[in-house]
Amino acid sequence: MSTPGKSRLRKTAYWGTHYLMIAAFVAFALFPLYWLLKVSVTPNDILYTEGVRMWPSRTTWDNYTFVLTQSHFPHYFMNSVIVSGFTALFTCIIAAVTGYAFSRFRFNGKIVIVALMLITQMFPLVMLIAPIFRILAPLGLTDSLTGLIIVYTAFNVPFATFLMQSFFDGIPKDLEEAAMIDGNTRFEAFRRIILPLTLPGIAATLGFVFTAAWSELLFALMLVSSESASTFPVGLLSFVSKFGVDFGQMMAAGVLALIPACAFFLLIQRYLVQGLTAGAVKG
Amino acid sequence: MASIEITNARKSYGAVDVLHGIDLDIQDGEFIVLVGPSGCGKSTLLRMIAGLEEITSGDIAIGGNVVNDLDPKDRDIAMVFQSYALYPHMTVAQNMGYALTLRKTAREKVSAAIDNVAGILGLNALLQRRPKALSGGQRQRVAMGRAIVRQPQAFLFDEPLSNLDARLREQMRTEIRKLHRRLGATSVYVTHDQIEAMTMADRIVAMYDGIVQQVGTPLEIYDRPANIFVASFIGSPAMNFLSGTCQITAQGCALILDDGTSIPFLAPPNVSNGQKLTLGARPEHIDIVGNGSAPSVPATVDLIEPMGLSTLVHVTLAGKPVKIFTLARPDLAIDSTIEIAFNMDKTHIFDSETELRLPRANEPFAAETA
Repeated sequence: MSTPGKSRLRKTAYWGTHYLMIAAFVAFALFPLYWLLKVSVTPNDILYTEGVRMWPSRTTWDNYTFVLTQSHFPHYFMNSVIVSGFTALFTCIIAAVTGYAFSRFRFNGKIVIVALMLITQMFPLVMLIAPIFRILAPLGLTDSLTGLIIVYTAFNVPFATFLMQSFFDGIPKDLEEAAMIDGNTRFEAFRRIILPLTLPGIAATLGFVFTAAWSELLFALMLVSSESASTFPVGLLSFVSKFGVDFGQMMAAGVLALIPACAFFLLIQRYLVQGLTAGAVKG
Repeated sequence: MASIEITNARKSYGAVDVLHGIDLDIQDGEFIVLVGPSGCGKSTLLRMIAGLEEITSGDIAIGGNVVNDLDPKDRDIAMVFQSYALYPHMTVAQNMGYALTLRKTAREKVSAAIDNVAGILGLNALLQRRPKALSGGQRQRVAMGRAIVRQPQAFLFDEPLSNLDARLREQMRTEIRKLHRRLGATSVYVTHDQIEAMTMADRIVAMYDGIVQQVGTPLEIYDRPANIFVASFIGSPAMNFLSGTCQITAQGCALILDDGTSIPFLAPPNVSNGQKLTLGARPEHIDIVGNGSAPSVPATVDLIEPMGLSTLVHVTLAGKPVKIFTLARPDLAIDSTIEIAFNMDKTHIFDSETELRLPRANEPFAAETA
C-alpha cells in the first residue's frame, strides 16, 4: 500500500511532467514566431555581425516603417484581405448549404458526390496548375483577384463541406422538426434554429478557410503576374532580390501579415469555444 | 381539439415495409397510447401523424380533414420529443412562445399565454433561463409547456419520459394524466413502457412488426389479450407460457407438457384432441399450494425475490421457467419441490400455430383485434 505522501509526490511528478511537455511543445511551436519578431526589430547593420543572440543589442522600427511607407506591401496586404475575406465568405455559404444537405437528406447520387469531393482532395496542386491556367486564361480570370477567389473557393469547398456537415450532424434533428411543427418551413427552421447553433462551426470554417487563403502561395504566384493583383505571400518574395534577401523587411512584413489572421481568430474565438448546443437535448 | 382518423396507412422505405396498413380512429379528447417494442413502427406512425414522415399510401385525417400532403406547420398539432428538442439559444419563455410568435400573435397575448401555462406547470421562476440551466425534469416541463401554449388540435408525445429517472417519470406520468383531464386534448402517446401505457391510456394500441395487434382499454388488453405477443408484452412481471398438446378426457381438458406433466384447464369451444396449445398464466394467477390439494403440479424453486409488498418466486416446471407472484412471504428453500396450481378461470389458452387467444365460452365480449 502506498502512503498518502508518496501518492501526492507521484501526482506532483505526473502533473509536473505533463506541464513540462506542454511547455516544451508550445516553445517549439512558437519559437519561429519569436525569431520572426526578433529579426524584424534587428537593425540591418547588426543582423549578421552579432552572431546568434536571443535578443539584439539594439532594436529598431525602421523595417516596419519601410514596409508600410516605401514598399508595395500595403497594396498586397489589401489584396490578400479581399481575396481571403471573399473566399472565406463564399466557401462558408456553399459549405453550410451543402453540409446541411449531406447531414439531413438522403438523395440519389449522394455517395458519388461525396466520393468526387474526396477525390479532388487527393491530387497534388502542382498537377492542377496548368489545366487551371488554361481554363482561366480565356475567361480573362488570370492576373485578377476574382480568379484567385474562384480557385480558392473551389479548392476549399470540399473540406469545408465535410467540416460543416460534422457540425450539423452534432445538432439533433429533433430541433428543426420541433421548429417545423411550431410553424417554420424547413428553410426557416434552418435559418432561425440551426444556423444560430452552428455559429461555432461556421466560425471554425471561416477561420480555417481564411487562413488557408491568406497563406496560399502557389496559385497566387502562378496565376497572377502583375503587381496590382499580387497577394502578400507573393509580395514577401519581392524582398528577395538578385543580390540578397532583405531579412529585416521581410520579417517585418511577416509580422504585419500575422495581425489580420490573429485578429480574425480573436474575433471568432468566442464562438469556437462556445458549446452552444449544450442543453438542447438530454444531459 | 379534434379526432384523428387513420385509414389503411402504410409506410415503406424502398422495398422495406415498416407499417402494413394501419386503421385507427382516435376520438376527440381521447388519450391513446401506442405501445410496442423498438422497431414496431409506433414512432413512425406518430411522425406520420405529425407530418415528419410521408405516408406511402392510405389517409390520415385530423378533425375530418385529410392531411396527407400538408406540411407539419399546417397541421396544427404539437409534439413533445423524447429529447425535448428545446431551442438552446432561446430562453424558456421564448421557447414556449415561439409557435405563437411565428403566427404573429400580439405580444401581450403571447406573454399572457406563456404566463398562464407557466403557472400551470410551475415554470414561472424559470422563464428567463436557457435550457442548459434546467434540470431534466424542468426541461421536460418546458417541452410540455411549449406544446400546451399553442392550444393545438392534438398533442403527440414521442416517449417523453424515457430520459427521466424512475421517480421523476412516475411523477410526470401523473402530471401528464392530470393535465390531459384538465385540457381534454386529443393525445397520442408513444412508449415502449407498458406500465406507462397501462396507467395513462384511455385506450392502448399494441403494435408489433408494423401491425396493430390489439386496440382496447388497459384492462381489456390485460385481461383479454388478443394473442401471445400482447399477452407477453403487457404486464410486469410478464405472463408465463407453457406449450403442450391438448388432451380431452371424460374428466375435462388437460394440457400435456413435453415431459408428460398434465395441467388441467377450462377448454375454450372448438379445441380438439391433439391440438398444439400454449397456456398463458400471469404470475399472480398461479398459487403455491399445500401437498395433496388437487389439481396441482410439482415445480422446483430456483430463486426468491422479496419486494416488500410482494414476493416473486421463480420455479422450474417441466424444464420451463415460471414466475409466481404472491402477497404472502413464503418460507421456501431453494431447490425444494413445491406444488403449484393454476387459477383456471384466469389462465389463457392460445393456439400455438396462429398464436391467437382462444376466448372462453363465457367471456362477455371479445376484445377488438386487428
